[in-house]
Amino acid sequence: MEAFIIYITVFVLAIFVGFEVITKVPPTLHTPLMSGANAISGITVVGAIVAAGSKESTIAAILGCLAVIMATINVVGGFLVTNRMLLMFKKKK
Amino acid sequence: MRISLINIVYLIASVCFILGLKGLASPRTAPRGNMLGAFGMLLAVVATLLDQQIVSFHLIILGLVVGGAVGTYLALTVQMTAMPQMVAAFNGFGGGASALVAATALLAPGGLTNVPPTQLYVATAASGLIGAATFTGSMVAWAKLQGVLHWQPSSDVMQKTINGALFLAALALGAMIVTRPSAFWAFWALVGVASVLGVMLTVPIGGADMPVVIALLNSYSGLAAAATGFVLGNNVLIIAGSLVGASGLILTSIMCKAMNRSLTNVLFGTLGPTAETATADEVYGGKVKSASAEEAAMIFETARLVIIVPGYGMAVAQAQHSVRDLANLLQERGAEVRYAIHPVAGRMPGHMNVLLAEADVPYEQLFALEDINDSFPEADIALVIGANDVVNPSAREDTTSPIYGMPILDVDKAQTAMIIKRSLSPGFAGIPNPLFAAPNALMLYGDGKEMVRELIAALREQ
Repeated sequence: MEAFIIYITVFVLAIFVGFEVITKVPPTLHTPLMSGANAISGITVVGAIVAAGSKESTIAAILGCLAVIMATINVVGGFLVTNRMLLMFKKKK
Repeated sequence: MRISLINIVYLIASVCFILGLKGLASPRTAPRGNMLGAFGMLLAVVATLLDQQIVSFHLIILGLVVGGAVGTYLALTVQMTAMPQMVAAFNGFGGGASALVAATALLAPGGLTNVPPTQLYVATAASGLIGAATFTGSMVAWAKLQGVLHWQPSSDVMQKTINGALFLAALALGAMIVTRPSAFWAFWALVGVASVLGVMLTVPIGGADMPVVIALLNSYSGLAAAATGFVLGNNVLIIAGSLVGASGLILTSIMCKAMNRSLTNVLFGTLGPTAETATADEVYGGKVKSASAEEAAMIFETARLVIIVPGYGMAVAQAQHSVRDLANLLQERGAEVRYAIHPVAGRMPGHMNVLLAEADVPYEQLFALEDINDSFPEADIALVIGANDVVNPSAREDTTSPIYGMPILDVDKAQTAMIIKRSLSPGFAGIPNPLFAAPNALMLYGDGKEMVRELIAALREQ
């Protein structure tokens, strides 16, 4: 129970940090912000890596490997495409 | 590597994510923000690879290589017009991965996590529900945006009942997972029900509402990651997931405000003509004037300020490069050109800005709705290309209109409003647009790209 309270505290505070950090975003940056945030949500790759490597059971390892693939597409694709868009905005300056 | 050391690296990664998102919110710092986020991710992945729980690297390397290659290929080849469906697909993969990780934690509880059992089971149920619904919902959004799926049943009472029943079934299965954890079938059944729910919730939503849906799915993919963080007892997942959940919600609310509709109305409501809505004949009846490219070019001849209003139709016609050529030509002739961007002009938040940036339209010429609306009365010409509902004056004047209250671009206040459009067919809201019949409006019938090219040719001849 003690541990759970700590996790929930982190969760609630992080949501507030999110709302505070992302205010007044100019419309030009809505798409890059979304694809960049999208890449960050691929953090689940961390859990997927542990699942794919822990040899607890074969099914778990296979599901873990599938999760690594999906999450890595999310992470790598997300950051790269965001970078591509931001460079497009930049070259006109 | 020691657990405490790994957790410190995770903390550094979390700080990178927070600063990265903050950076992404401002034009000057955005590229650095994105790099910082990617760096945080790299740190987290490397620290995880040093975890002693990991005894086999084959599947991990396989997954990283395959996922990395696919992700790189998609990111470098995607067309900017296809950006919404790609972000939708990425959201889906993230959500799906979170649900799968929760499943593995349930299958092998001893090895992956040491959180208290109740937390494990509640969080696993939440992750399975949100993750699976995000996955299928995103795939439906992808298919619709890609033009693969056209099926769009209206959101009727029947469907709401089914959705309600599915949601209750998901809750019951969630309770089953918590009370009888040995019953794996309950988890898979929950994933199945959530998958159907994801489809049912996304399928009735039409094209112009897609910006809201994509922002919402973005938020869900973050929440799924946070739920998986509770499953694994991993703070970096909880923090990163909640940050994304919050940013997705902010964008969702910006998009809803831009349409003056509540989230519930976008998701479950219907938008369309009512009995009180004027018919097309009443609105247009003999009042619509049209012009040829040559006639239009003569008006451009003397224009000092031209405001271009692009809509998604411009992107569909792939006219953005021709539009930029027209703008350049007008500028060479001494006119000032500005672009007025409605917040929901594209298929995802900010989409139109990206499309125009790709066509080398200078950032300084793009104006948001609240910054440009006061300029329309001074404009000699407002040129509308492929937009309809967002320039419909009924939203401002007609209290009985289904779109009344939606912020619109005041195109009708310009000296002359020119509308490039194939026909008088209605836009997404399904209602006629009095702008087309206004005394100062001229319809230029034709394909967006063709008509802009004809305008350029006519201007050059003069």
